[in-house]
Amino acid sequence: MSDNARDGAFDDWLDAVEDGEGYYVECENGHGWLPPRRVCPDCGSRDLTETPLAEAGEVATYTEVSVATPQFSADTPYVTAIVDYGPVRVTGLLRGVDPDEVEVGMPVGIEAGERETTGDRAVVFRPR
Amino acid sequence: MSHPRVTGVGLTHFGEHSERTGRDLFAEAGLAALDDAGVDPDDVEALFYGNFMGELAEHQGHQAPLMAEAVGLDVPATRYEAACASSGAAVREAVRHLRSGEADVILVGGAERMTNIGTAGATDALSIAADDLYEIRAGMTFPGAYALMARAYFREFGGSREDLAAVAVKNHDHALPNEYAQLRTEITVEDALGAPMVADPLGLYDACPITDGASAVVLTSADYAAEHDLDAPVAITGTGQGGDNLALHDRETLARSPAASEAADEAYGDADIDSDDVDIAEVHDCFTIAEVLAIESLGLYEPGEGIGAARDGKTHATGETPVNLSGGLKAKGHPVGATGVAQIVSLAKVLTGESTWSDDVSDASVGVAHNAGGTVASATVHVLEVRE
Repeated sequence: MSDNARDGAFDDWLDAVEDGEGYYVECENGHGWLPPRRVCPDCGSRDLTETPLAEAGEVATYTEVSVATPQFSADTPYVTAIVDYGPVRVTGLLRGVDPDEVEVGMPVGIEAGERETTGDRAVVFRPR
Repeated sequence: MSHPRVTGVGLTHFGEHSERTGRDLFAEAGLAALDDAGVDPDDVEALFYGNFMGELAEHQGHQAPLMAEAVGLDVPATRYEAACASSGAAVREAVRHLRSGEADVILVGGAERMTNIGTAGATDALSIAADDLYEIRAGMTFPGAYALMARAYFREFGGSREDLAAVAVKNHDHALPNEYAQLRTEITVEDALGAPMVADPLGLYDACPITDGASAVVLTSADYAAEHDLDAPVAITGTGQGGDNLALHDRETLARSPAASEAADEAYGDADIDSDDVDIAEVHDCFTIAEVLAIESLGLYEPGEGIGAARDGKTHATGETPVNLSGGLKAKGHPVGATGVAQIVSLAKVLTGESTWSDDVSDASVGVAHNAGGTVASATVHVLEVRE
């Protein structure tokens, strides 16, 4: 997978996360989105601006995955979480915490990490 | 409005048929439906066909003309793809064609091969119904996605793994007499709770199996059915479809499925009924939590109330509104592209007295089919009613 072409907006976004400058896109009505896009699906606005992601978000929901796809076989088991950053939520791998100790509402930071199985980059959350 | 009739139905056994081709599976179901309908095959004007993972499982795209050929029809054939709601979408398009008068006889069906690519392969293939860049690369699998929704549901409304286990127990019980079902085994709540985890809080018994199979229905206009004196008492009186953001994280709520609510509202309005009129339902229980979300979306229960329905016996064959008398996806099996049409088949059989459960619901005259794609970014709902 790592010899694939760059996936434009996704890799640009992950580069920014890696540099500690993560962002999402937001319309003038405060609707936030990831992935970046040209139009707000909620209100149709095309005036979307890159807005910095907060330093930390809160775990909205999570799961410890025991049966994975082949692309995650060496990562298993792992925790996938959706993290709430206010106007936008982000999906990523939650690391650095025992799965039994993860809680909804737990504050986490975002960074770029690697998938163990393939070495592909991935969004990683860690407790703050 | 003149409502299309379900004139013939056909299914293969749902289960493991790894050495049979998709075309062979569909031919079995399609020919059974044509024979059951008793229509002249020359009168069939189109095939609308649902399939999701044909490219990955069989290295076969462009399946619809192949499937028309397999049932001996030389007609325009189109594949509909809406993940697990593929053949629900095909039914909807057929209903609209028949209502508009554009056609009088349409074969609608679906097929999927899944077991030949194994559990890891099928997990991978199913996952592509999610957002590749923003979800799959974060390790999201389909069980994982529904686990995220289950935990969000528990957080917002309460509920437990025991409540979910009751859904599985009920659907296994319903599948026992269904000769087409994949899992005809009785299970207990303890069995479900003791099964290996797939993605917590969902265990193996919270998940539908990986299934090969095909389904088909012959839908005809009411006029055609009358002119040919066909025995077709079940009409599709309502159709609806809803959509939502593809990625779960972009949804307003993680504990509801508004696309299905939109589809239900549209279908009920179309049929001029409301949720109180529903006697039986076949819903998309790919995971136990999905059945809970489905019965709430259909308006059978308020948000937060559906979680206790199976536990309290309300959705059992002997309860107030039986859900998934076929065994559902959970026990009947879920050959993805075949599922939406299989739900229509199951409802029609119950409503016409051909199901072993028909006697338990002998007053039933209104059935609802709920077919969901992905984490319910696509949903179709159809209302079936006995008309004569």
